[in-house]
Amino acid sequence: MIEQAPVLIVVIPLIFAFITPLIGWWRKELCYPWIILSLTLSTFCSVITLLTVINTGVIHYHLGGWLPPWGIEYAVDYLNAFVLVIVSFTSLTVAVYSKKSVELELPEKTIYFYTVFLLQATGFFGIIVTGDMFNLYVFLEIASLAGYALIAVGEEGAPMASFRYVIMGTIGASFYLLGVGYLYMTTGSLNMADLARLLPDLYGSKVVLVAFTFLIVGVATKMALFPLHGWLPDAYEKAPSSVSALLAPLMTKVSAYVMIRIMFTVFKPYFSIEMLPVTTILSWIAAAAILYGAVMALAQTDLKRMLVYVLLSEVGYLVLGIGLANKNGLTGTILHIMNDACMMVALFMIVGAIVYRCGNREISQFRNLHRRMPFTMAAFVIVGLSVVGIPPTCGFFSKWYLILGAVDTSQWVLAGVLVLSSLLNAILFFRVIEYAYIEPRGGHDNGGESLAVVREEAPLTMLIPIISVTAGIVLLGLLSGRIVSTVIQFAIPACF
Amino acid sequence: MVDFIVGKYNYWIYIVLMMIGFYAMIGKKNLIKKIIGMNIFQTAIILFYVSIGCKKGATLPILGHAHGHAGQAIQTSAYINPLPHVLMLTAIVVMVATLGVALAIGIMIYLKYNTLEEDEILKAVK
Amino acid sequence: MGVIVSIKPLLAVLVTLVAAVLILFTGERNRNLREFWTLLASIIKFSIVISMVPLILKGNIIEYTIISLTPGIALQFRIDSLGMFFGVLASFLWIITSVYSIGYVRSLDEHAQTRYFFNFALCLSATMGIAFAGNLLTLFIFYEILTVATWPLVYHKETEEAIMAGRKYLVYTLTAGMAILFGIILIYSLTGTTDFKPGGFLSGCGSANILRFIFVILILGFGVKAAVMVLHEWLPSAMVAPTPVSALLHAVAVVKAGVFGCLKVILYVFGPELLHELNLWLVLAYFVSFTIIVSGMYALAQDNLKRRLAFSTINNLAIIIMGAAMLTPSGIKGAIFHMGSHGFMKITLFFVAGAIYVKTHKENISELDGIGRQMPLTMGAFAIGAMGIAGIPPVCGFISKWYMALGTLEANEVFFLFVLLTSAMMDIAYFFPIIYSSFFKKPKEDVIPCFNEAPMMMVIPLMVTAIISIILGIFPNAFFNFFNIASTAAGKILGGM
Repeated sequence: MIEQAPVLIVVIPLIFAFITPLIGWWRKELCYPWIILSLTLSTFCSVITLLTVINTGVIHYHLGGWLPPWGIEYAVDYLNAFVLVIVSFTSLTVAVYSKKSVELELPEKTIYFYTVFLLQATGFFGIIVTGDMFNLYVFLEIASLAGYALIAVGEEGAPMASFRYVIMGTIGASFYLLGVGYLYMTTGSLNMADLARLLPDLYGSKVVLVAFTFLIVGVATKMALFPLHGWLPDAYEKAPSSVSALLAPLMTKVSAYVMIRIMFTVFKPYFSIEMLPVTTILSWIAAAAILYGAVMALAQTDLKRMLVYVLLSEVGYLVLGIGLANKNGLTGTILHIMNDACMMVALFMIVGAIVYRCGNREISQFRNLHRRMPFTMAAFVIVGLSVVGIPPTCGFFSKWYLILGAVDTSQWVLAGVLVLSSLLNAILFFRVIEYAYIEPRGGHDNGGESLAVVREEAPLTMLIPIISVTAGIVLLGLLSGRIVSTVIQFAIPACF
Repeated sequence: MVDFIVGKYNYWIYIVLMMIGFYAMIGKKNLIKKIIGMNIFQTAIILFYVSIGCKKGATLPILGHAHGHAGQAIQTSAYINPLPHVLMLTAIVVMVATLGVALAIGIMIYLKYNTLEEDEILKAVK
Repeated sequence: MGVIVSIKPLLAVLVTLVAAVLILFTGERNRNLREFWTLLASIIKFSIVISMVPLILKGNIIEYTIISLTPGIALQFRIDSLGMFFGVLASFLWIITSVYSIGYVRSLDEHAQTRYFFNFALCLSATMGIAFAGNLLTLFIFYEILTVATWPLVYHKETEEAIMAGRKYLVYTLTAGMAILFGIILIYSLTGTTDFKPGGFLSGCGSANILRFIFVILILGFGVKAAVMVLHEWLPSAMVAPTPVSALLHAVAVVKAGVFGCLKVILYVFGPELLHELNLWLVLAYFVSFTIIVSGMYALAQDNLKRRLAFSTINNLAIIIMGAAMLTPSGIKGAIFHMGSHGFMKITLFFVAGAIYVKTHKENISELDGIGRQMPLTMGAFAIGAMGIAGIPPVCGFISKWYMALGTLEANEVFFLFVLLTSAMMDIAYFFPIIYSSFFKKPKEDVIPCFNEAPMMMVIPLMVTAIISIILGIFPNAFFNFFNIASTAAGKILGGM
């Protein structure tokens, strides 16, 4: 049983997804426990996988018993075991959270929503667990297709946003597919480990260069890296709350994982760093993305749209760490995959809860919100501090490693960008906190408590995931030293 | 030069097709035209994959008894590479699914805004 | 001389954190219970801190490692004499301030009292963490928590002015935080550690220029909270906060945390030897001398009592840094002791300002004529505090200034002695007119010329601090060997040379 865990992570939600409509026909209200069960099992398997990796090293799982490079191989090492745990926990959290918001936003489509939700999770798990380039494409498209469908059922304007996402997403995926084709042309293999072995002799080949470029551009489109981000703001803003909460943290993180895989596993680090100046280019693009995201976020009056731009800026952080291409930078990126998944899922869940209770997301309408939803807003403060990078929340530590990485390579400008973006984030989040917490008074008014506001906290199925992720943000911050020393330092390619 | 172009005409055709599709996806305002462009784009990639599996003078990769005796070494150069073709079976499924989702979204948009022109929709959204 | 592992430092930090949570959940429903948590936590905290004093005096170091944060750095408490001094100071003054705050907010019937006490407790936790931090990163973590926890106290009044002051406070301190972070990262990247060591650990790492750069950004970073001139602007604005906040946070916790950070950087990160080598001590001393003189002038021009006190705070904080920057035994001893003596004296003055405000709703000095006849105890305490700040014996300000003056002579820099004396003259110039007019000038119509003090909950604390200021002036060791702790610290640091 335990040795089947890597494949079970993918297969369980896939099969459960197909059964979901059947269950829905029978008893509509059973869908929710059904997907919780499914994702709990997946989460359990992913934790087992991580523990197995820590105890015994890399797991090779051959689908159908076919040996690589002919068969599809699931290769799980520290990096993807770690990302798997993050993704499975996050999707489980969002699944728990989704109940009420789906009932409110999509009352007639709950069954299909849950089905596609599971397919989405399947796609994410598959991308992470697979060791085969083409298999990765298939899962990437499963995840994307589910995403298109989920986004399209959102609010006013969502279908158009989703349509643009379809176009851009397809271009990205097709580029990726082309890159895989070129690699196959030169090496005759699709297995990542096999490619890593075959490619170094062919680094001079133009075909390999073209393949590499297509792969990186394709993945960058999927993760909405700065100049290729056009589809993201509308899509994630207009999607239903629980969909944004699932897609925003995970799609970008999973793509960042794919980028690390391609640049440092499939290709050797010295190819990505020295033969092509890809990492240098990426780090500057990332710096631009960080600033662009933060500045655009400043201009928003709608909280969810602001968060979407913050997300763009966070994508910049992830890529910046990859671009720095040294030990601390990559540690920062991998740590940030975890931290940012937590922060973004918490933020988008909080927005969903606010929308659920108040019906709007305009920051200027947040007066007295801390009386109305004290726990949700307290969570918002903590998560906000984490995004700003106030210790001991986890956001601080990924920034610590990223700045350290920039300092190690004497990239002062990049270090400056990181520092500056923290300050911009501070403005962003303290502005919201100010609106939610301060009740301006004229002159010296000392008259006791101000007008009574009915406390109207989010329902428990929303509140519990929010609070637990928020607690996680503080805990992960304190535990980050341990996480780095037990997992992340082994997840980094050996040559750093 | 002529050899370079004519000898690899299949690749040239794939590039041309791909660019046509790409232009339609990016440049056209009508959503259906965009979808058609997307389809051309993806089909071009299928052509590319199909052509990388081809070999001159090779035949279908089916080991029939008519072609040799048992125990004889198999001449790989006599058969085309089947793997890219198989991959494309999967890719075609993915592309059909993408097309289906895109068309479904197109119908949603049409029902909501009664038009498929991008600029008119954007005006209606605002 | 040994390292003792003890969980007490962690408990001292956690006790207020727990209290903060209890305060939050008790809320408005039961005010007495809520205030009980505050007082209980403050007393427990003080007893924990005090119980560690004897060990420290014997020259031990108390250490407790919580968790490793990153290779080479742990979240770690390590208490030595300097940290102990600050810890005793802050935890003791918190008890007094708690009593005073309860009197203050109840007599004014302030809004959002729960938030007020919650943040107050949070600030104290952070201050303890700063005092006990064993390395720069731990110190920074608590420093940032302090920044954020103080913000709601600054905007507490929620008037337009208070909100702007809150924003200004955040802009200054968060930017400074980033500068400090950058400095810490540079240090970590150079040495792979940030553990404090008496006498510094940086010598021999990196080129002189990079070390100078690190020193400058760290001092500027901590200097913001220490309100060094040109970076001081937030402090007078933050005086819109309720008076107990100004008292504890802007005379003791927040600004002293900044000064404490500067001292740690000067004495425990760079160390006297390296600063002599890089010639930075002189630069720093001139830089803060500018602050001392200019802030004195600013203080003269203020009419709002709390703003005048704010500039006097800026002045004294700069004096502390200058004393330490002399890098001589007496200078360091005086600087550390002045942290404490200034704390007692300045908190007295702020308490007085608050008492006057509660009783008469007056904030300006020009309105205080004759108020001494109405509130003789309060104004008497004010006179003691003011004398102390000016350095007149027998108040404790005299002792610390005496040692710092000795320090300037030991360093052969007579210029700084003059700076010190000039500032003392200015102290007299901006405080004594207040004393004179409040007691001897003819009262204005609205002052009741008979005994009519503020609530006892406020008067007793301010008298206690005033009396302690005098006792410390006569017997510097009376209060838990206060002076000895300071001199042990100075000895340790210079022993490392």
